[in-house]
Amino acid sequence: MAVEVILPRVDMDMATGKISKWHHKDGDKVAKGAALFEIETDKAAMEIDAPADGILRNIIVTEGSSAPVGSAVAWIYAEGEAVTVPAPAAKPVAASTARAEVPSVAPPSASSPVANGEAPRATPLARRLARQAGLSIASIAGSGPRGRITAADVRSAGEAKPLPPPAPAISSDGVQKLYAPGSFDVIPVDGMRRTIAARLTESKQTVPHFYLSVTCTLTTLMATRERLNASAPKGEDGKPLWKLSINDFIIKAMGAALQKVPAANVTWAGDAILQHRSSDVGVAVAVEGGLFTPVIRHVEGKTLTAISAEMKELASKARARKLVPSEYQGGTTAISNLGMYGIEQFTAIINPPQATILAVGAALERFVPVNGQPVLASQMVCTLSCDHRAIDGAVGAELLHAFRQLIEEPLLMLA
Amino acid sequence: MSVRELTYAQAIQEALAQAMDADPSVFLMGEDIGVYGGAFQVTGDLVHRYGEDRVMDAPISELGQAGVAVGAALAGCRPVLEFQFSDFATLAMEQIVNQAAKLRFMLGGKVNVPLVMRFPAGSGTGAAAQHSQSLDAWLAHVPGLKVIQPSTPADVKGMLLAAIDDPDPVMVFEHKLLYKMKGEVPEEPYRIPIGKAHVAREGRDVTVVATSIMVHKSLEAAATLASEGIDVEVIDLRTLRPIDTATIIDSVKKTSRLACVYEGVKTLGIGAEISARIAESEAFDYLDAPILRLGGAESPIPYNPELEKAAVPQVPGIIEGLRNLVRGRM
Amino acid sequence: MNAVGKIKPNARPFYQKYTASQLKDALRKMYLIRRFEEGAEEAYMRGLIHGTMHLSIGQEGSAVGATMALRNTDYITSTHRGHGHCIGKGADPKLMFAEFFGKEEGYCRGRGGSMHIADVSTGNLGANGIVGGGLPIAVGAALAIKKQKRDDVAMCFFGDGASNEGAFHEALNMASVWKLPVVFVCENNKYGMSVSTERSMAVANVADRAAAYAMPGVIVDGNAIADVEEAIAEAIARARRGEGPTLVECKTYRTRGHSRSDRNRYRTKEEIEEWKARDPIPHFEAELMAHGLATAAEVTAIRESAEAEIAAGIEFARLGTDPNPSEVTRDVYSNEAA
Repeated sequence: MAVEVILPRVDMDMATGKISKWHHKDGDKVAKGAALFEIETDKAAMEIDAPADGILRNIIVTEGSSAPVGSAVAWIYAEGEAVTVPAPAAKPVAASTARAEVPSVAPPSASSPVANGEAPRATPLARRLARQAGLSIASIAGSGPRGRITAADVRSAGEAKPLPPPAPAISSDGVQKLYAPGSFDVIPVDGMRRTIAARLTESKQTVPHFYLSVTCTLTTLMATRERLNASAPKGEDGKPLWKLSINDFIIKAMGAALQKVPAANVTWAGDAILQHRSSDVGVAVAVEGGLFTPVIRHVEGKTLTAISAEMKELASKARARKLVPSEYQGGTTAISNLGMYGIEQFTAIINPPQATILAVGAALERFVPVNGQPVLASQMVCTLSCDHRAIDGAVGAELLHAFRQLIEEPLLMLA
Repeated sequence: MSVRELTYAQAIQEALAQAMDADPSVFLMGEDIGVYGGAFQVTGDLVHRYGEDRVMDAPISELGQAGVAVGAALAGCRPVLEFQFSDFATLAMEQIVNQAAKLRFMLGGKVNVPLVMRFPAGSGTGAAAQHSQSLDAWLAHVPGLKVIQPSTPADVKGMLLAAIDDPDPVMVFEHKLLYKMKGEVPEEPYRIPIGKAHVAREGRDVTVVATSIMVHKSLEAAATLASEGIDVEVIDLRTLRPIDTATIIDSVKKTSRLACVYEGVKTLGIGAEISARIAESEAFDYLDAPILRLGGAESPIPYNPELEKAAVPQVPGIIEGLRNLVRGRM
Repeated sequence: MNAVGKIKPNARPFYQKYTASQLKDALRKMYLIRRFEEGAEEAYMRGLIHGTMHLSIGQEGSAVGATMALRNTDYITSTHRGHGHCIGKGADPKLMFAEFFGKEEGYCRGRGGSMHIADVSTGNLGANGIVGGGLPIAVGAALAIKKQKRDDVAMCFFGDGASNEGAFHEALNMASVWKLPVVFVCENNKYGMSVSTERSMAVANVADRAAAYAMPGVIVDGNAIADVEEAIAEAIARARRGEGPTLVECKTYRTRGHSRSDRNRYRTKEEIEEWKARDPIPHFEAELMAHGLATAAEVTAIRESAEAEIAAGIEFARLGTDPNPSEVTRDVYSNEAA
């Protein structure tokens, strides 16, 4: 019997996925475990492996098309096996306009097998509500025993993430009319852009932000960095094994500061505040068309060189859109550094459920008074955004104070 | 219509008296129901008012009595047979199951068997394994019988009068602990239809289908849970055959949760039937939690009082079960 | 030479109290029973009906002798071997055949079958498939008669096997305690299926058990219709007088097996042949002719007319209406909504 190739769920709140590339075409011989196609989800692109050895047939979701999680996209036949006509591709269930008190026909494939092959657990009511709301049950996180999805989960999913996406107050047509025809190019909003738009709108509208700024003098840090880089051993290719950036110091300092002020190492969980043991620092990485925030975990236990190496790898994966969810989900704080663009200072929007984000400006030479005399020093302005639901002003100030101490005297990071 | 407070036992006695007043074909039979007044004093002094011909003490012959009731019903009487304990139904199963239930059907609908059998049932009296059972579901398994379990004095009077009127054999299960329960009972004769459940308490969060004494235990649990913000709807099933499925479906569509609370042994009990009916019905799509059954233990009823309590659902267990159900912990 | 229809002055009461036409009608009923059962057996063997049957061939003397003295308003309760009682009480064989064939026209609309054929309109309260099942029911019917102050009786047919059931003892005791108008008619055909009365009963006769319940216990030759009728008539009269129940034991024999599955391993060919020689029908014919109440030609005519009626009954049944499977639950309750 032919093996179904499904569009797997690779992300917690993923409802549909777009196939961005097929590595094989109809009739190709494929090997189990080899990359078969790539999907683009709301957050990332992922390579999906072939589930079986055989001949790829009946590709029903072509490059550039989307399908609901769990639906078949193609089949792999054993060599010599008769190929049958595939069933029509499953269509995302549209929100039903008819009131269906008693479904008189079988519901359209409500239980979608997920990536691990197990159907999601959901109560009959949850399934019915999801059907009526046009939500894929597989896209909803269950709060019940053994992850069972209940009606409450569907209702909150419907509120948090209404599908189809909320009708924009501004329509593309309406906006286009404001400008002369031909004077612009239309860039479609892709999954990542839509996610950024939704999450940051939600954050700015629902999270009570407040901002704390501090100026850090970098004289000692610059010298330390120079000495450390100068003493880096050379690899076989003759290049130094490390080249620490100011950003690496900032990541390390933020991780250490959170350990000193544990009350700030928190995330907001609605009916609870989670105070985290490790400092998991997200770092915003700009990519074409958007940004990712991969997370460096357990910063407090990592050396500067380890942080530096990990950051380089994560940044390059982000730019290649190869991050997996486990590399960008979670995080107890985040850093956004626009210093390389010469930005002196700015404020950043918190990425919930995180409660803080540090906006780092450029390191600039300034004359500062030292014992009444102007002295030239390198300084940068850092602005901490705090979620007031989880962190009060004094706690935020303590964190920022600890951070500045570590930046201005990096040896303390060793203490 | 004047209303007084009567015990459950008095309400039965009043129904029996009013039925005998209205219809000379009605008579009572049973063990020690005459001058003794019945093991639970249900018939009381009826023998003095209606005579030994209509309030008949019978030999200790449950099978024989049941057959006599069948024969008398076939020949134009309306016998009301009292079993001293429902457990003794086992002695009379042949006549109840093979004869009373089937004669109408076997004879092509050409006869009726208008008899009533009353069964004092249930645990809580320290009478141990052979005098405390709840065998209602046994009889409810038999097409041809009707099975009722009135839970209040007012219900037992109205349902017993309806049972005596009924052209088919009606089995009445009376929980022994209810006999002394008091409640308001209208004085005039009235009928409460067989086959109709009663919403004893309205609620939004969970539907409890309870029978007999478990209705009261469930109401008590509901009162406690109300203080926790859990709003329990309690349905008194009243009739095990025919089951009023529609009332339960309507309730479950409203609450999305179902629990069945009954004293009979849990396995293959009335709760299994209610659960299955909901699972088969349109209400299935409204369920937001698994269905909970709270029934009797898989054991005979023990003698020791603590063990006896442990063998059937009690209020704290009902509270806990419903709380877990509503709070999404099962 | 006696003219047909005249009774010898020294004849026993049975031949004096019935007219010749009543007695010939009794013979015809015996033939109807015999031919009904032979026809049923043949229909079974031809595959026209399904289900088993219990034939009473050889027992027609007790069936007709016991029911002769009953009124239409009297009740009987019958047994799994009950075709004879049913015909004896006045049922129409063609409607019995329709039931046998499972047709809507049958007495039980095809729901009862061989074991439950009963004509309620003639006071038959049911042929019971449970050994002993009818005993307390007859007592209950008699109780109703007493309460209703009627002088009818309830006649309860049962076999030797049933007298070993608890229901027998409970029923006899209650009937006697309450002095109810019941006539207990035991058709002792020597075997409870395969087990003989010698191996299953602690007393020699079922009638001996009457003593325990303070009622008369009478033993008669069940194959002699006159013996049966006379004993029963006395029991009925006693019951109608309000003096309580009587147990009449008719010693008889079924020449066929217990049911269709019987291979007669528990009795000898000789025993069966011996009882066949005592067939109640030729015995009654001989007495009728000896008393000058019927001629040989009349007897032949009676037999042929019974045979014709049975043949017509089978034809009627074959052409009957099959029940509608969608009505399987009909008549479970009086109120169909239940």
